[in-house]
Amino acid sequence: MEVHSRDYRDRARRIITETPEVRESVTAATRTFVDNRREAFADLDEAALSGWAKEVKSHALTHLADYLEEAETRLVERGAHVHWAETASDVHRIFERIVEENAVRKVVKAKSMLSEELALNPFLESCGVEVFETDLGEYIIQLLGEPPSHIVGPSIHKSLEDTRVIFHERLGTARDASPEDLAAAARDFLRETFLTADLGVSGGNFLVAETGSIALIENEGNIRLSTSVPRIHVALVGIEKVLPRWADLSTFLQVTAKSATGQPVGCFVSIIQGPGGSAAGEPDGPEELHVILVDNGRTRVLADPEIWEALRCVRCGACLNICPVYRQTGGHAYGYVYSGPLGGILNPGLVGLEETLPLPFASTACGACADVCPVRIPIPELLHVWRRRAVERGLTGSEERTALGLFASAATRSRLFGWAENLAGVLPDWVIRRLPMLREWSDGREPPRATGPTFRELWDEGIE
Amino acid sequence: MAPQSQGTGHPCYAYGGGLSTARRHFEKPAQLGWEHHAARQLPGHCTSLGPMRVSLFVTCLGDRFFANAAADAVRLLRSLDIDVDFPPNQTCCGQPAWNSGHVPEALQMATHTAAVFAKADYVVLPSGSCTAMLRCTYPRLLESPALAERSYELAEFVVDVLGVTELGDGLAGRRIAYHHGCHALREIGVKEQPLRLLESAGATVVPWEMDEECCGFGGLFAVKAPEVSVAMADRKLDTLPDVETVVSADGGCLLQLDGRARRRGKPVRFRPLASLLWEARLGSA
Repeated sequence: MEVHSRDYRDRARRIITETPEVRESVTAATRTFVDNRREAFADLDEAALSGWAKEVKSHALTHLADYLEEAETRLVERGAHVHWAETASDVHRIFERIVEENAVRKVVKAKSMLSEELALNPFLESCGVEVFETDLGEYIIQLLGEPPSHIVGPSIHKSLEDTRVIFHERLGTARDASPEDLAAAARDFLRETFLTADLGVSGGNFLVAETGSIALIENEGNIRLSTSVPRIHVALVGIEKVLPRWADLSTFLQVTAKSATGQPVGCFVSIIQGPGGSAAGEPDGPEELHVILVDNGRTRVLADPEIWEALRCVRCGACLNICPVYRQTGGHAYGYVYSGPLGGILNPGLVGLEETLPLPFASTACGACADVCPVRIPIPELLHVWRRRAVERGLTGSEERTALGLFASAATRSRLFGWAENLAGVLPDWVIRRLPMLREWSDGREPPRATGPTFRELWDEGIE
Repeated sequence: MAPQSQGTGHPCYAYGGGLSTARRHFEKPAQLGWEHHAARQLPGHCTSLGPMRVSLFVTCLGDRFFANAAADAVRLLRSLDIDVDFPPNQTCCGQPAWNSGHVPEALQMATHTAAVFAKADYVVLPSGSCTAMLRCTYPRLLESPALAERSYELAEFVVDVLGVTELGDGLAGRRIAYHHGCHALREIGVKEQPLRLLESAGATVVPWEMDEECCGFGGLFAVKAPEVSVAMADRKLDTLPDVETVVSADGGCLLQLDGRARRRGKPVRFRPLASLLWEARLGSA
């Protein structure tokens, strides 16, 4: 996927000013998620769960190669094809071969953020393949030609009215169709598509090393169908998705669903561990199963001693939902697959700090995300690591560096500091409008008033 | 409350925070009256049992924009029999530099601040955010917990150190909303202390669905992403209950919310906690 993160500020401004309804949709939906999440954990020892989940994921990541090979062995034993892909073009080549060998014309896709990273849909289309997203939210934004705005609720930025309009145009539903009617129309269309597709593509929430099992969480049944109806199935699994033991899975399924939507567990959980009819005793499923283990920047993150913890992420989206910055714009402002606090820590690692520069700064460091992360990623701290590196690499601009340098010099000389403070309190409007930083402040806010004496002066006069 | 390392976790979690800290304060046994403070354990280097001595760290925003509130903090502490001292060389804690990734500059300011307050028994700040900087960031920046262990936000100091939970009844009949600054709330776990002092003085703290959501200030964030920052302030203002006054322990948040409210012509007053606490106290006279 192309990276547009450098335009964060412009994109955010346009969303806020030109499509104010996005802010309302995103805020309403994320607040519901947050409320549901709180309720889901109300009777549980959340700290114990997140502490345990953190340790399991950290262990898996620090023994990654071993567990991946174990998973591969189990999958191959059951007749699956396992591919290792370092980059998006590696993945593309694997798909190219599968498409050619099997004369694939139609693909159904379950929601996969990794496939967004890999720009899989445009690639398959360039091979002459029709691609249909089957998650309802993904289907809506595919019709609209937009990328997902949230890793769990891809069309979170759209209102019911937006969906009515596009479904009316494309599927011929009534202009005032109810949500039930809209879902039924999508179901009718997609059911036919599932039955005629040659190939299904999914992601993978977890990959259990011990048993070679890919676990997928969903609510609509579309993943169950995408992974079982077409003759061939391809699962794209990020290498960080590994869990060591089968016994780890049930807790992770619950923790993820609770954190994401507040559900006790997803409505459907699909476990894939081999093609159907295989000797290993999988009665159902596709004739051919391909599992692509994808790196795409993850080993680089893993090798980074200050950032590797970001790979614990289970993609629940809780940090997006609680983030007051994310809520104002939704995900499109962030210009890459991952948005919100997650985007701020992961995108620079996956595609480079230079390409994603403003994202670690697109946060007030309020810390709300750290409180809800089910695998305890120290998000504010990782954001700070990227900020520090941006400054060290001279990416934040000489203006800011000069201003803070001057500030720090003044701050170690109290008389100079007092003098500067006094000056700051009495700057006339026309100066404020011309000075960097103060100008941005006064665009939307009145400058602070400071006409009276400073505390220093009050103290010297004597406080009664 | 000694700082402790906790692996690679958020440094501030070493101090507890959020719910667990809030719960701890709830479960505290009935507090001793403030006059018993001399019997409480004093910092190790403090040799006499005379009146408690506190050094005020007014903070840069406090000095320039909330001078009267800082003076009210002095009045409040004196009324509680505390000797208040104001080391004149103090400036800024360095948080703006730290948060924006300028670590050497932050270190410079932290070193300066630590030297200024080296002899203080207690450092009290009328600011949750700057207290969080001293308590959560200084230990690793300066590789010393010395200042962290002695630094308190004003309401936290009054309630947790002095053991005072009732200042007076000077706020009887007042309806206010309280904005919890993010760092006060999540880094140093100050939540119940200010509410307790306000409510025990007769104020009604009106429920505000967004009282724990960030106001959008965030230091340089306010100027790096001004449109988002303003939208965040708007969300706070648009959900505000019907009150005349919004109170907060954090100057940055107050400037942000007040600046936006004035631009929109919204008639709400944004006032620093220190002033309200002094008004609470005045009612006891």
